[in-house]
Amino acid sequence: MRKPFATTLNPESSLTNHTGSWRAERPVYVHRLPLCNHSCAAGEDIQSWLYYAAMGNYREAWRVLVRDNPMPATMGRVCYHPCETACNRSSLDQSVNIHALERYVGDEAIRHGWTFDRPASESGKHVLVVGAGPAGLSAAYHLRRLGHSVTVYEAGPSAGGMMRFGIPQFRFPRHILDAEIARISALGVAFVLNTRVDDLAELMREGKFDAVFLGTGAQIAHRAYIPACDSAHILDALSVLRNTADDNPPQLGRRVVVYGGGNTAMDVARIARRLGAEEPLVVYRRTRERMPAHESELRDAVEEGIKVKWLSAIRRADEHSFTVEKMTLDQNGSPQPTGEFENIEADSLVLALGQDVDMSFMEGLKDLENENGLIRVNEHMMTPHTGVFAGGDMVSTQRTVTAAIGHGKKAARNIDAFLRGEEFVPAPKHGLATFEKLNPWYYSQVEESTQPVLEPVRRATTFDEVLGDLDETHALLESSRCLSCGNCFECDNCYGFCPDNAVAKTPGKGPVYEFKYDYCKGCGICAAECPSGAIQMVPEQLEFAHAGAAG
Amino acid sequence: MTNRIDAFCQAGALTVGNRLLTPSMISTQANEYRNNSLTSGHRACRGCGEALAARWAIDTAMRAAGGQIVVANATGCLEVFSTPYPESAWRIPWIHSVFGNTPAVATGVAAAMKVKGKTGIRVIAQGGDGGTTDIGLGCLSGMFERNDDVLYICYDNEAYMNTGVQRSSATPPMARTATTPTLGSSRGSSPDIGKSVPLIAMAHQIPFVATASLAHLADLESKISRAVAIRGARYVHIHSPCPLGWGTESNQTILLARLAVQSGLFPLFEAKDGEVADRTTIGPRVPVEDYLKIQKRFRHLFRPQRNDEALAAYQAIADYNIRRFGL
Repeated sequence: MRKPFATTLNPESSLTNHTGSWRAERPVYVHRLPLCNHSCAAGEDIQSWLYYAAMGNYREAWRVLVRDNPMPATMGRVCYHPCETACNRSSLDQSVNIHALERYVGDEAIRHGWTFDRPASESGKHVLVVGAGPAGLSAAYHLRRLGHSVTVYEAGPSAGGMMRFGIPQFRFPRHILDAEIARISALGVAFVLNTRVDDLAELMREGKFDAVFLGTGAQIAHRAYIPACDSAHILDALSVLRNTADDNPPQLGRRVVVYGGGNTAMDVARIARRLGAEEPLVVYRRTRERMPAHESELRDAVEEGIKVKWLSAIRRADEHSFTVEKMTLDQNGSPQPTGEFENIEADSLVLALGQDVDMSFMEGLKDLENENGLIRVNEHMMTPHTGVFAGGDMVSTQRTVTAAIGHGKKAARNIDAFLRGEEFVPAPKHGLATFEKLNPWYYSQVEESTQPVLEPVRRATTFDEVLGDLDETHALLESSRCLSCGNCFECDNCYGFCPDNAVAKTPGKGPVYEFKYDYCKGCGICAAECPSGAIQMVPEQLEFAHAGAAG
Repeated sequence: MTNRIDAFCQAGALTVGNRLLTPSMISTQANEYRNNSLTSGHRACRGCGEALAARWAIDTAMRAAGGQIVVANATGCLEVFSTPYPESAWRIPWIHSVFGNTPAVATGVAAAMKVKGKTGIRVIAQGGDGGTTDIGLGCLSGMFERNDDVLYICYDNEAYMNTGVQRSSATPPMARTATTPTLGSSRGSSPDIGKSVPLIAMAHQIPFVATASLAHLADLESKISRAVAIRGARYVHIHSPCPLGWGTESNQTILLARLAVQSGLFPLFEAKDGEVADRTTIGPRVPVEDYLKIQKRFRHLFRPQRNDEALAAYQAIADYNIRRFGL
């Protein structure tokens, strides 16, 4: 090349100058565990399915959601959504309305008849599931998707367990449950209904099952000793729920007392209201702060005219009158009698004092029971009997549909490993995406979209669902409110803010962004300006050409 | 995917890109096919605000002018780190000039293009605050006064950083520089407000004057695009934080730009024919202290003891800007 006067070098691009050698820290893309996912008892990847929901791609959102939970339309209605309590967005304005979106996505699936992906191959193994409640259904679904044959035995006339009998219609219409169970059935899970398992060992031998999952729940109503005259009208909450679900509601009378402070007590009081009770009264031994019922359940009940009598124990039942003793809390928070009594006029008393596990079917497996009346399982959800796994209300006092669905998934993964002669090792969890990891500057304030609610006056006379649906506009808006904590949502900040053009953007194939470490100087702007905290600065392992102590 | 107003619920309006918008709606900097006019391998310090501002501005100009631009560059950091002989990080037609004559060089290029009938080619001059507010101000004023068809972009990092952080007329009040040390009775640069070249440009009644910030990409791109389309003399002043000269962490560059705007110290506005035509309101205000205290050049305002009088005077500057521009 002919050069101008006094010029000796050919022009070059700066690309020959690898400024990456300046770097003391390198940025890396990370996934942190969003607080919603962390708090979900069913182990849902909420941030991931919201990512697709925000694009209006509900099909993909549903596909991602059902990797963990086969029943989103159910869960969106019955779960007490600890995810929303944990949601980082509550530090900005209000939490993302996750349960309403889960319900929306689940209902979309039912509307469009979306079906589960079939297993890629059949394992040839056969697993018995006892009990078609949330734990059993979840275990059956996950095992089936892993390629195993599954047969579910259910004592009742239809699948669903407590979801069918224990949750009132006004919170959870039955056609939703039916649709989600039908979809599991269509995946190839066999159901044997109206068949109570009396001898598990015998059935396992006969049916040549390779493993078993027990999920029969906790169905025996816990009773308290209350001296009562013969004509006192005392029922247990489970039978009220069950008979109401069977369209055979009990006669409760005009004045109803419900004894207990859990969610079931609230449900029964709300049923009593709908059956004509004027002011159902919940009697609870402790205070509002110590009540096990979820705050929202109490709020809904109070809206419907339910009254609560705190710090009170029922001591005696007569025909139309109940004797109540005032209680006080000792320093351990346990209620203690005070000796002060009063009478409450009422026609009936419903006991909602919790449920116990029914062990009667487990002849020969008696040793499974632990001191709390629960089934003993190890960290692999396996009982002391090899190949016998258990989950749901049988093994835990959490007693929620969500926990049961989570148990079913966890047990299925462990059973799958067991059937292959391996031990299931869960993937290591990422560090938490706490609010401090975010750069909130980039998120604008947007009010939460809430579901329409049935007027309290109308609720007294109908079993119609209290909470309505989000419409499509609001579903889209609400899913876009997700901050995507700890995970990239492709805002292009790293790509646009790099002063060294050291971030490559290639949409469509694999990761959207990649660092060009040949040029990245490690300034850290990308990590500082990442809204969701999905970039971490990691110290470089500096290698010095001249070894030895440098003084 | 449709264009949705709720797309801004996730990313807000201040991120570079947004996956929920169509490609035509996103910024130039979010586009995977952006020009990268100032590409990798340049020798700017880690976290250089000026390098980033230059890529943003020139990429935008390239897009707005359909790739038909010529850039004249003043001596200064920007030239030294981008073009050490024989390398260059520029991927555009680019011409070197000396420290003070860039507006004149650009005027000459524009005249040449006119003579050759290449009126589609847009001419840009760029430099730092030293080359613009001090050394080149005479040539710049001439360019304004003749209304030459040039867009002048000043990357303001508030001192002569390349030669070792000497004070310029754009250095803010009370800042420590190599020539305004905080020794003995000397308390950093003059406490007076100093020189505002955007206001001087407005006094020439040129068609377009604007200020821009690294914290407001969409605003910056909009101003550069519109400036490129206008004929006559135009001036855009971009606040460009400098980790070296300001004594800040390299990852604080965007944060500093943001705090300067949010405190009112760096007002974002634009003017047409000498009159303020628009400004960016700042919403929740940040005290100037938040901006000052993370910079070592203002450390003497806080240590060994807090200088309340100086901080109040600083806050008054921000308050004045907020009143004056209706921020």
